[in-house]
Amino acid sequence: MSAVISIENLWKEYRLGVIGHGTLTHDLQSWFARVRKKEDPNAKISPALTAEKSRVDGDRFWALQDVNLQVKDGEVLGIIGKNGAGKSTMLKILSRVTAPSRGCIKVKGRLASLLEVGTGFHPELTGRENIFLNGAMLGMSKNEVKRKLEQIITFSGVEQHIDTPVKRYSSGMYVRLAFSVSAHLEPEILVVDEVLAVGDADFQKRCLGKLGEVASEGRTVLIVSHRMNSIEMLCSRAILLDKGRITRDSNDVHSVVNEYMFDKDNDSSSVWLNRDNSYFHLNFQPLKLSLTGEDGLPISGSVKNNSTVIVNIDAVITEKDIALQVGYALYNEDGNLLYSSFFTDQDQTSWPSITTGLSRFFSEIPKRLLNEGKYKLELLSALYHREWIIKPGKNCPSVVFEIKGGLSDSVYWTERRQGEVAPVIKWNYESLS
Amino acid sequence: MTDHVQSTSSDWDMVIKPKTGWFDINLGELWRYRDLIGMFVKRDFVTFYKQTILGPLWYIIQPLFTTIVFTIIFGKVAKIPTDSIPPFLFFMAGNVMWSYFGTSLQMTSDTFNTNAQIFGKVYFPRLTVPISVVIINMLQFSIQFLLFLGFYSYFFWKGAPVKPTYWIAALPVLIVQMALLGLGTGILISSLTTKYKDLRFAMGFLIQLWMYATPVVYPLTQVPEWLRSYYLLNPMVAIVESFRLAFFGVSAIAFQNVVLSWSITLLLLFVGIVLFSRIEKTFMDTV
Repeated sequence: MSAVISIENLWKEYRLGVIGHGTLTHDLQSWFARVRKKEDPNAKISPALTAEKSRVDGDRFWALQDVNLQVKDGEVLGIIGKNGAGKSTMLKILSRVTAPSRGCIKVKGRLASLLEVGTGFHPELTGRENIFLNGAMLGMSKNEVKRKLEQIITFSGVEQHIDTPVKRYSSGMYVRLAFSVSAHLEPEILVVDEVLAVGDADFQKRCLGKLGEVASEGRTVLIVSHRMNSIEMLCSRAILLDKGRITRDSNDVHSVVNEYMFDKDNDSSSVWLNRDNSYFHLNFQPLKLSLTGEDGLPISGSVKNNSTVIVNIDAVITEKDIALQVGYALYNEDGNLLYSSFFTDQDQTSWPSITTGLSRFFSEIPKRLLNEGKYKLELLSALYHREWIIKPGKNCPSVVFEIKGGLSDSVYWTERRQGEVAPVIKWNYESLS
Repeated sequence: MTDHVQSTSSDWDMVIKPKTGWFDINLGELWRYRDLIGMFVKRDFVTFYKQTILGPLWYIIQPLFTTIVFTIIFGKVAKIPTDSIPPFLFFMAGNVMWSYFGTSLQMTSDTFNTNAQIFGKVYFPRLTVPISVVIINMLQFSIQFLLFLGFYSYFFWKGAPVKPTYWIAALPVLIVQMALLGLGTGILISSLTTKYKDLRFAMGFLIQLWMYATPVVYPLTQVPEWLRSYYLLNPMVAIVESFRLAFFGVSAIAFQNVVLSWSITLLLLFVGIVLFSRIEKTFMDTV
């Protein structure tokens, strides 16, 4: 198999706006300030970026740094990395929405990219008209669209409304039609950016199916996603981007996903702090999520399966609400949810009475229940039957810990066994003879 | 940097690389996307057609009222001579021509801003957008031109001193030139507006100034002799005057003026395309 995409020494620089402020008046202002030897009133301060010194070079910011990548024909490549790692920049360059600063990308065959579905849909036009418009925008000729029109309409499932202006469509129909056009592009190389995160569950399944179909037809697909399970399901290879560089590249997708899951931050550890004052909610705003040992100190490294690990959730409660639920979800290394727990799980009489102000919820992780391995613990919070305050799965505060050793007191059980959990269960015996 | 480039084979279909040269213009690609230009035109036509009745009517009201105001202010009050042509027709001719150019310029100069949403998500040659704008504006022009023809026939039938000449046959050439000029200056300005966003707000004012530097509300004969050689650098002068020559048989325009006008039009178009192609690749970084 030969390479169909060759990314060679790719660099992308963004200017942090010292030159050119976007308006003529600002440029004149800065110039006038320089003339008078005063401080430039328009010089940009970028506190968010000061932490990433390695990528900031004067007024320049390197979104991609010397990326080299060969994608072979028929490969399904997953691109993962945390926000700001350079995934979107890479997609933008591949989609030719913006140009690289240095280096080049060579592509063999037709490349189509879906950074968004339904780009350029016009609300006044009918579904059919929008198919033609969107198709042309994606690079299909009129005849090509005509040939595939039937398939596109059938796949979208909006046959009955195809001659209705799309402004009357429900958002689900809109997305289905839009995805349908994109799905029938039939390029040799497809670049997808989390478009899977649209529509209802049923439609998502179909989208995944269609993507899988595209992939199984031997076409090359590049996917950027935060959904690790779809990456693992679809991809034959994965790369991990961090601070604009490829830090991991392997055909063992599972191992790359794990590395991402467990090294999400450099300081990924047993303590999470709400540094930027986010997750604001009157009824519950988390400040700190930490795992501590018996001594109250944060745990470090791995812990034994029989040692005490306490989950501490510090939060500010501005307004009391009896429907408040606070808890956590525990995932294993494969991303499977093992269990979730809330402080309201027991009988109502044993619930704590919550007061406003700074509060701490704490709970011990059951000893000798989990198996050896790495775990991720995500903070959850909700108002019972009303709303999620912190919804599971997306951008939750989380901490990571590892269990090693201390599986049992038995001399016969000292090594890791198969299984998601490894509880030590009491056994009884009686002689029946 | 280039010493560890892995592949040297030339069988790549597409190479994405930084914009380096000034003349990195891909017109072949534009041709491949000609269906898209058609779709944009169709989209704008359909949405125009689906508008309320006042939308299309506006295209008639606007030139009619402007012409009446011009006739009263510049004809009756300021008493600007109109080369013995009925003032109403004279002003309407200038207005219909200017209106096409002015609208095209206004709309194309805003290309990057109005389409930032789409441009940020999908690639296609960006030139397709301004080209489709100058094409769809011909619809507006046709409506207004028919209105002009109506009044023209009426005045002609009443025996007004207007005599059509064979130059009417050259009308399509004039329209094409206006389209090219509107496109050229429009994309030139739209490239500048990506750097200087406040230029957008000055556009209405600039277009109005340009109109007064064009013989819309006065004939070329009224321009002082010493100023004329500079004045004729404005390519719209020859276009408006040629139109009047064709329909009224009176104008001070000479053939070399037309040649100059075309040269400047093509120069502006060329500069516009060069600048536009350069900007379109990195435009998304500046929004």
